[in-house]
Amino acid sequence: MDSQILRDLDNEYKRDDLPEFKTGDTIEVGFKIREGDKVRVQKFRGLCISKKKGPLGGTFTVRKISFSVGVEKTIPLYSPLIDSIKVIRRGKVRKSKLYYLRQLQGKKARVKELRDWEQQAAPSSSSPETKPEEKSL
Amino acid sequence: MSQGLIGKKIGMTSICTEEGKVIPVTVIQAGPCTVVQKKEDEKDGYTALQLGYGTIKKEHKVPNPMKGHFKKHNLPCFKTLSEFRFPESTDYEIGASVDVSLFEEGDSVLVTGKSKGRGFTGVLKRWNMSGGPASHGSRAYRIPGAQGQCADPARVFKGKRGPGRYGNKKTTIQNLEVIRVLADKNLILVKGSVPGPRKGLLIIRKK
Repeated sequence: MDSQILRDLDNEYKRDDLPEFKTGDTIEVGFKIREGDKVRVQKFRGLCISKKKGPLGGTFTVRKISFSVGVEKTIPLYSPLIDSIKVIRRGKVRKSKLYYLRQLQGKKARVKELRDWEQQAAPSSSSPETKPEEKSL
Repeated sequence: MSQGLIGKKIGMTSICTEEGKVIPVTVIQAGPCTVVQKKEDEKDGYTALQLGYGTIKKEHKVPNPMKGHFKKHNLPCFKTLSEFRFPESTDYEIGASVDVSLFEEGDSVLVTGKSKGRGFTGVLKRWNMSGGPASHGSRAYRIPGAQGQCADPARVFKGKRGPGRYGNKKTTIQNLEVIRVLADKNLILVKGSVPGPRKGLLIIRKK
């Protein structure tokens, strides 16, 4: 009963317009950035190194190397600040949290590409109107 | 005690504002409460409303004096009774229902509940003492340290902080902001945490 109340509250923020992605995938997140009255979209492309469960669809962390400095962004999946998410590349990883990449540089800090993923059960990423996100809670 | 309601803690979650700001909230199911008794100036020396919350199904378990108190006005038996000093308490009739529409977004509320019982606890957790050094053979890892002086006063002063039962006490958190009121579900969302476990009884008062 009580958990249902919490779930109902969370479902108000649920977004079906985002594609499914996993840890290890390279994604491009469009962030809405407000500058005065204007809202523009900033693209942040990087590797998803962690997905966590929790309210607001849980959070995910995107890591990229910007001017040889590691930059990470962690945001809730159902955040209204997310304009779009595009999956660029599917990665083949054996861990759900890729925190080990923080210690690595250059060629070692790579993730193998998951081959033939488009033929597999995973939904195609390029089109925005992919099938709705599976239940995250 | 100003106007307020009796309720139940549902749990904590996060909600998002339109600007993308995430706010941690506690969901409280408050009311609807029923006016059981009215305290009046002439009779009692003060004005207040006695509200009841949560009906008891097994009425044979209610003590007779309590049963009489409820049956006087043909009301069901309530689990919890609490008095609140409503400024316009004369407007309410006995048997009237008070619900969450009392609160508005942006209100500042006080939430009272019984904190989680932690059992017999050491001083580090109970009083946030520092304990001793962890290494160099100290062996004083979690002890409280000195209790006081020596031959004068030759005793430990009353109220010296020591280990003991921690929690399970009435606690009030002040100035919690009401983020949202869901009148149809009798829910209010309050910013931050409130005392007690989930399903714990709470008293929510307006500031």
